[in-house]
Amino acid sequence: MPTTTTVPKATVATAISVRDLNVGVHGGESILKDVTFDLTPGRILALVGESGSGKTTAALACMNHLRSGLELRGGSVQLHKGASRFFDQNMDLLTLSEKQVRRLRGGTIAYVPQDPALSLNGALRVGEQIHEVLRIHEFGRNSKQREARVAEVLEEVGLPSTKKYQRRYPHQLSGGQQQRIGIAMAFACRPAVIILDEPTTGLDVATQDLVLKTVYELTTKHDVAGLYITHDLAVVAQVANDVAVMLRGEIVERGPAKQVLYRPEHEYTQTLLAAVPDLKGARDMGGGPAVSPRAAMRAPWDHGHDDAARPGEARTDRDRAASSVAQTSDNEPLLAVRDLRLAYGPAVILDGINLDLLEGQTTMLLGESGSGKTTLSRSIAGLNGAYTGEVRLAGQVLANGTRKRSNEDRRRIQYIFQSPFSSLNPRRSIGDSLEVPLEMSGGMSRKQRRAAVADALDAVRLGRSYINRRPGELSGGERQRAAVARALVNAPSVLVCDEITSALDVSVQASVIELLRELQRDRGLAMLFVTHNIALARHVSHKLAVLEKGHLVDYGPTDHVLRNPRHDYTKSLLEHVPTL
Amino acid sequence: MSAQNQQPVTPDTPVTPSAASFEPAESRGDARPVSFFRRFLSQPEAKFGLVLTGLVLLVAIAGPFVVPAWTGYGPTSYAGKPFQYDIFGTDNLGRDVLSRFLEGGWRLLLYSALATLLGVGLGTVLGMLAAFRGGWLDSVIMRTGDVLLAIPQLVFAMLAITVLGPQGWVLVVVIGVTHAPRVARVIRSATSGVVAEDYVLASQMYAVPQWKILGRDVVPNIMGPLMVEMGLRMTYSIGAVASLSFLGLGMQPPTADWGLMINENRIALSLQPWGVILPVVAIAVLTVGTNLIADAVSGASAGRVTGSARKDK
Amino acid sequence: MILKRLGISVFVLLAVSVLVFIFTLLLPGDPAQAILGQQATPERLAALREQLNLNDPWYERYFTWLGGLLVGDLGTSAATGGSVNELLGQKVSASVLLMIIAAVISIPVGVLLGTWSAMRRGRTTDHTLTGFSLVLAALPEFVIGIALTTLLSTTVFQLLPSVTMAAPGTRVWDYPLQLVLPALTLVLVVVPYMIRMTRTTMLDVLDSGYVEMARLKGVPERQVIMKHALPHAIGPVAQVVAMQLAWLAGGIVVVEFLFRYPGLGQAMVDAVRIRDVQVVQALSMIIAAFYVVVNLIADVIGILANPKLRTESNT
Repeated sequence: MPTTTTVPKATVATAISVRDLNVGVHGGESILKDVTFDLTPGRILALVGESGSGKTTAALACMNHLRSGLELRGGSVQLHKGASRFFDQNMDLLTLSEKQVRRLRGGTIAYVPQDPALSLNGALRVGEQIHEVLRIHEFGRNSKQREARVAEVLEEVGLPSTKKYQRRYPHQLSGGQQQRIGIAMAFACRPAVIILDEPTTGLDVATQDLVLKTVYELTTKHDVAGLYITHDLAVVAQVANDVAVMLRGEIVERGPAKQVLYRPEHEYTQTLLAAVPDLKGARDMGGGPAVSPRAAMRAPWDHGHDDAARPGEARTDRDRAASSVAQTSDNEPLLAVRDLRLAYGPAVILDGINLDLLEGQTTMLLGESGSGKTTLSRSIAGLNGAYTGEVRLAGQVLANGTRKRSNEDRRRIQYIFQSPFSSLNPRRSIGDSLEVPLEMSGGMSRKQRRAAVADALDAVRLGRSYINRRPGELSGGERQRAAVARALVNAPSVLVCDEITSALDVSVQASVIELLRELQRDRGLAMLFVTHNIALARHVSHKLAVLEKGHLVDYGPTDHVLRNPRHDYTKSLLEHVPTL
Repeated sequence: MSAQNQQPVTPDTPVTPSAASFEPAESRGDARPVSFFRRFLSQPEAKFGLVLTGLVLLVAIAGPFVVPAWTGYGPTSYAGKPFQYDIFGTDNLGRDVLSRFLEGGWRLLLYSALATLLGVGLGTVLGMLAAFRGGWLDSVIMRTGDVLLAIPQLVFAMLAITVLGPQGWVLVVVIGVTHAPRVARVIRSATSGVVAEDYVLASQMYAVPQWKILGRDVVPNIMGPLMVEMGLRMTYSIGAVASLSFLGLGMQPPTADWGLMINENRIALSLQPWGVILPVVAIAVLTVGTNLIADAVSGASAGRVTGSARKDK
Repeated sequence: MILKRLGISVFVLLAVSVLVFIFTLLLPGDPAQAILGQQATPERLAALREQLNLNDPWYERYFTWLGGLLVGDLGTSAATGGSVNELLGQKVSASVLLMIIAAVISIPVGVLLGTWSAMRRGRTTDHTLTGFSLVLAALPEFVIGIALTTLLSTTVFQLLPSVTMAAPGTRVWDYPLQLVLPALTLVLVVVPYMIRMTRTTMLDVLDSGYVEMARLKGVPERQVIMKHALPHAIGPVAQVVAMQLAWLAGGIVVVEFLFRYPGLGQAMVDAVRIRDVQVVQALSMIIAAFYVVVNLIADVIGILANPKLRTESNT
């Protein structure tokens, strides 16, 4: 350990204590209500909440930083004596002058932003960005010591420390490397407190795992007090010592991670936990037990459904799922992809894809961004006609591209888009948007179409009153339900769902999955469920297809693939995915 | 200008549902967005702009009908000696300034409006085509626009007038055409933003005819920038038509026209300023008015709600 | 990357020359007749046509004209029969002087006020500046010019000469006071746009994640602006400045006419009046070339200020 360490080890019990923090929109509603928590050296507190819960606002308030439009309405952020080398007494961060706060920011309290691509300065070399923070906070005696520290901290986060690497610009690094630069910047001055704002969003699981390990190591090793903001409870289980759960600006439950995650008391925490998908498939999620369960193991909080006392309904559900596999597996698949290949010039996006979709069954297409999973699902739906090979529907080869397919073919395969914020025209009512598929397939009067749309809205449990609303009046989950309804109005036989839960909060994700499972049971739909989240596999899919760089590297019944992954990529996914 | 009687945007009572109702699919029915028109009107710029523009419009449109009744002189009849100085006086040929002022606005407005319509119409169609079809058509349209942009609007107009003569339709066409590439750029970027949205892709998926996609999905979603362009181009059209007349290259004598009046009377600016001041003030008020409207429209389409929302920190 | 921009510029200029040339073809009547008048003998007409290459097909005439432009020969005036170069010679320098004065004043003023306004967002100074520039930006050049004349040289105060009057043989810069009003008008025409556009650009930059991050790193506000924000604004601001300089090239026509300033703009208005196509053509090309060069410079500055574009151009 270098002699420049400035944080006296474990001399303070608490680094920062936040008391009754209240923040609101200028002249409007409040964002934070009496938020109270402590940050302790060497421990990480995870602040968990869904979008809009105010978790980022709370974190930034710890640095006396409010985003524009927000105002402080009371509370205190006590920085305890000994936490900072600049002040030798307890002090309220919120009352400090701008200059005093500036000395603390980056030096004593460091921040790791959500999206490094936006937060690293594209015009400055990465080495300089780390060096800058050291210079400002007068870390080390001279430039030479600071340079040594830059190299040291780069190695601590697992990056090359060479001069050549330091001279790179952010755009010359990968997303994972950029985030590690952000972490290096935060740890550079050996801060007493570090605040991490969803630092793994947008990273693939392997990189996420690495970043989480780095963060955990650095905070515990250097006795740093950590505040980790996230919506992902599985990540919480990996890094956090303590957990505080936020709901609409209030902390509804707090405690040691083990207690909150495994013996949740507040109803909201229970709801959240129940919505978290589970790779083992041991718990119920999305309105019922896993489709492809592994074992009879259940989580302790998943009461009411343990094997002995399980209601018959759930049993039949599972039996039915199992039996339907047996039933249809030797029949001609409803939809068959044969030797599909797609290339733009020399860039091969998809190669040699063979995939079957069976009636009443779901196939999960798993892959990270850039693997070609969206291209494949769009080729099947006909949105991308540039492929070679065949897509067969009930034995008949479909034309490339929706416009070349017949009305009947278009009707039978429906595609649901990833983002419900983009897939509905904001200027048209839900009813008008949902009517389009019927209008184009023809044969119905306007009145009949309206009736069909109203039925579909009922089927997705939005209710027919939504028919005249505009997308802007709906929440994300409601919009995605409306988008599902649009795919249903035509009574399709194949549903292609392209990452349809990735833009949604976990609890909303669970309810959308519940809806899909219910629809599949009632209507015998064949589904292709595209996702990057392997944890959902057992909950939704009968078969699992893993796509990597345009090739199907693993394909088979979900349980089988998860237990005996053949390809290294699948193995690495299973190894790195965070679990509760 | 009174923003006090405007409805506050954010309700004073926070919309906090009861603690138990954390159902994910909770409806946000209360968050119904404020309508575009209301957002527009809520801005002080909009009210100012509408009043200013309205005033000049009133003068320009009603003017020709009240001229003889009000002043006793037609716009080209002689009211006395040159540069007489009573109520607004006479011009260099002894014609009544007020009569010529009242008569001289509507042509400017008409030509500017026609040029604006032509320019925005042409630019919108080309910009939408470029973004919607893409490929070589996009390149051809945008590169042609770049070439046109290299010649300043006024210079281009003068080039055309040299060859075709100072006629009304030449002014309208040449100003309209020179607006088109600027409008096309804006509309193209707005359209390509919309075309990248999944709802357009969804319509393609359901094989909706292209013209219907343009009409239902694209046009309604680019109305914001389109209306901003309308206001902006109107401001510039008025400036261009008036400038050309002022240079003696637009309206020709003995037509009564504001730009031309300024040209004719400016030699005697110190002697009889009214012949210059009246039309200059009218043009100034008009352009400021239309520009304020354009600014308010752009604010409204960007979601800005009231002027009072911009509170001091 | 820079070479590509250069290529585009050359292409645009060539296309402009074709466009400008096409206009001459639309002109009714015979240029030779126009130069010599109605009484000219058929022999002299034929001789002049030969001299002006009017008998050649249009594309040959285009290349002759273009070739002339490239070596700095702007052609022969149909109205006077004299060389266009001679006619414009001194006027170019007079106009360039006026534009340089206007640019030297307006660029720093516009950029600084725009930045200042952005940094004081929402406060009174910002509101005043924004409102002021919104009003000024709407006004056509001649309205501003006449307002200044009324205010400073005729009706209200009589401080400055309202028109340029130069004795033969003297140059415009021999009478510095006469330059004040035209230059001031041009400054007032372009500064409001620069303020508005610079403000918008700076606001985007100040709202960015990297500026927030710099503040959260504890970087002093001055350094946040100078080191973190400004480099990102240089490219877009250069575009804004280029656009306004190009606008100056058009605005100068009205301003010179208004103040009877003996420059290119005045020459242009005169030439349009007597339908002297060759002169108008030459002037259009000069102004277009100015526009293209200014934009090219702005693009290059933008590329050099952006490491991403810069590093791409190296590979």
